[in-house]
Amino acid sequence: MTASHSMPAERLLDVEDVHVHFPMREGLVKAVNGVSYHVDKGEVLGIVGESGSGKSITARAIMRLLPRNAREAGGCIRFRPRTGEEFELSALERNSRAVRQVRGRHIGMIFQEPMTALSPVHSIGDQICRTIQLHMGFDRQAARKRAAELLARVRMPRPQQMLDNYPHQLSGGMRQRAMIALAISCDPSLLIADEPTTALDVTTEAQILELLKELQAETGMAIVFITHNFGVVADIADRVAVMYLGRVVETATVDDVFYAPKHPYTKALLNSIPRLGVEQGRRLPTIPGMVPDPFSVPAGCSFNPRCAHAVPGVCDVTAPEQHRFANGQAARCHFAEQLAEAVHA
Amino acid sequence: MIGFILRRAFWAIPTLIFVSLISFIIIQLPPGDYVTAYAAQLRHGGEYITAVQEEAMRQQMGLNDPVLVQYWRWISDIVLHGDFGHSLEWNAPVSTLIWDRLGLTLAISSLSMLFTWAIAIPVGVYSATRQYSVFDYIFTVFGFLGKGIPDFLLALVLMWISFVYLNLNVGGLFSPEFQTAPWSAAKVVDLLVHLWIPILVLATGGAAGLIRVMRANMLDELGKPYVETAYAQGLSEGQVVWNYPVRVALNPFISTVGWALPALFSGDIITAVVLNLPTTGPLLLKALQMQDMYLAGSFILILSVFTIVGTLVSDVLLAWSDPRIRYA
Repeated sequence: MTASHSMPAERLLDVEDVHVHFPMREGLVKAVNGVSYHVDKGEVLGIVGESGSGKSITARAIMRLLPRNAREAGGCIRFRPRTGEEFELSALERNSRAVRQVRGRHIGMIFQEPMTALSPVHSIGDQICRTIQLHMGFDRQAARKRAAELLARVRMPRPQQMLDNYPHQLSGGMRQRAMIALAISCDPSLLIADEPTTALDVTTEAQILELLKELQAETGMAIVFITHNFGVVADIADRVAVMYLGRVVETATVDDVFYAPKHPYTKALLNSIPRLGVEQGRRLPTIPGMVPDPFSVPAGCSFNPRCAHAVPGVCDVTAPEQHRFANGQAARCHFAEQLAEAVHA
Repeated sequence: MIGFILRRAFWAIPTLIFVSLISFIIIQLPPGDYVTAYAAQLRHGGEYITAVQEEAMRQQMGLNDPVLVQYWRWISDIVLHGDFGHSLEWNAPVSTLIWDRLGLTLAISSLSMLFTWAIAIPVGVYSATRQYSVFDYIFTVFGFLGKGIPDFLLALVLMWISFVYLNLNVGGLFSPEFQTAPWSAAKVVDLLVHLWIPILVLATGGAAGLIRVMRANMLDELGKPYVETAYAQGLSEGQVVWNYPVRVALNPFISTVGWALPALFSGDIITAVVLNLPTTGPLLLKALQMQDMYLAGSFILILSVFTIVGTLVSDVLLAWSDPRIRYA
């Protein structure tokens, strides 16, 4: 698939019908099965989904860092950073020069495990300087100066000394700050944060989210924030994409997702979040069943065996199309309109 | 860092004293002493000394002193005068025997070690980054072959090939005409003609094992998140691989560098015997066979000292290369 239409001016990243498959001995795993979403300049897109829903793999497809056994099976990823040139990322090879210019320069990435995501044998300063020198053509002295500024920007105490510290000398929260400094070292237009707070305790999580929001406001970069935690999404995102089994089932602004979810899966997920002060003593509603085994995804709508609204003969036969609403919300459900009315009634 | 080195060096001292004691005990272990052996040698040559004379000799040499006094005399001779005692078998000072052969031993061993690393590290890295590729399989087959063929057999085969097909004079490090000749350009060329077989033989065995170690380490490291972080910075594959995972994967190499030091000294004894190399390995073997205890004991002492110094060197190198150890 090639670029069929040009991207709107405000568009930063366009992910269109991306498929990623993993051929395994037991069969083909369609980890990403037609994912589409977009990110506008300066926007924070939250991507929510369970483990195995394909959210991280989609992010890897954008970065061209898919595992070696992954097979790309179509789709188009286009990216236009603030500098104006347009990249068709889906056409770029994993190790091509063009994609290496995008990585680190235009797209920064933060990973889940701050404990292991930084090189254990290089100092924080060395790791940040390497990226700065690679993309910005700074000499060693200037790069070091910039690295210290970056560490100060991510609220690292004693940034000048931190440059010569090694990751194992830092706490988890500090390492994630160093990771963020590394990711934003070349003023990227887009920051992909892959569950950046999952491995941290709640206090540190709140600090890191606060920091990301501040940095986003300062620099105007866009963020793709991947998480399985709705609470975190509510805190940071402008828009939300909910993923289930390799598909985006619903996209909407953060308010619409929370107050008027259109997809039964989104609804069920929100219902299963414990809330303080609501109906004391009531059992917490759960989603019945389990996430299906990736080798035997149900026919029709992949959520139908677990769905409270599933209609036999419809939901287990045809895969639902995307239903769009006037407010920009979209849901992949045969009965999205009816559900919407039920909510508003 | 300097504090770390000093601390380590300080702790090496008691260990050194301890191993020197053990070496001395080993020298003392066989029944009889130097004078008994000397008398036996004289008798063998048809001469005769009386028990009184023997006793006088013992008195004179201090062999009746307490063990600790004797140990002190032995070790201070070594440390202060470099005098390791006298080899009965060779009828020469132990130090001359060892130092004579040490230069060539170190030359052959360190060359073969460099050669081993020069093969093992790039091949191991390649095999890991291109796992299950055609060349990975080829290297694996050669690796197992190299590991499986005994060194001395390979040495014999290579000697046979170079003798029959290449018409080279093999065995030893020099052709007979250069054996006692002074150093000259021709002698160096002659040395190089002889040197390739031992180096090739020693390097293949070592490299085969190290390739597997390097490959396994690299496969471990390549899957770690920091490698993905490095790729996400826009670094090329070469920059990522050689700067990040290789740095960590080399740790086991660095921590075993120390063992190379005693190995350099004792050499591959069987290969050296087969190839008739004038290195220290065959000398050690002979000393043990002949119960030449001053020679054998000195060997044991030198090997232990080399082991301790080597371990110290690897500790320092490892601390230098891995900050997690430096600051632990």
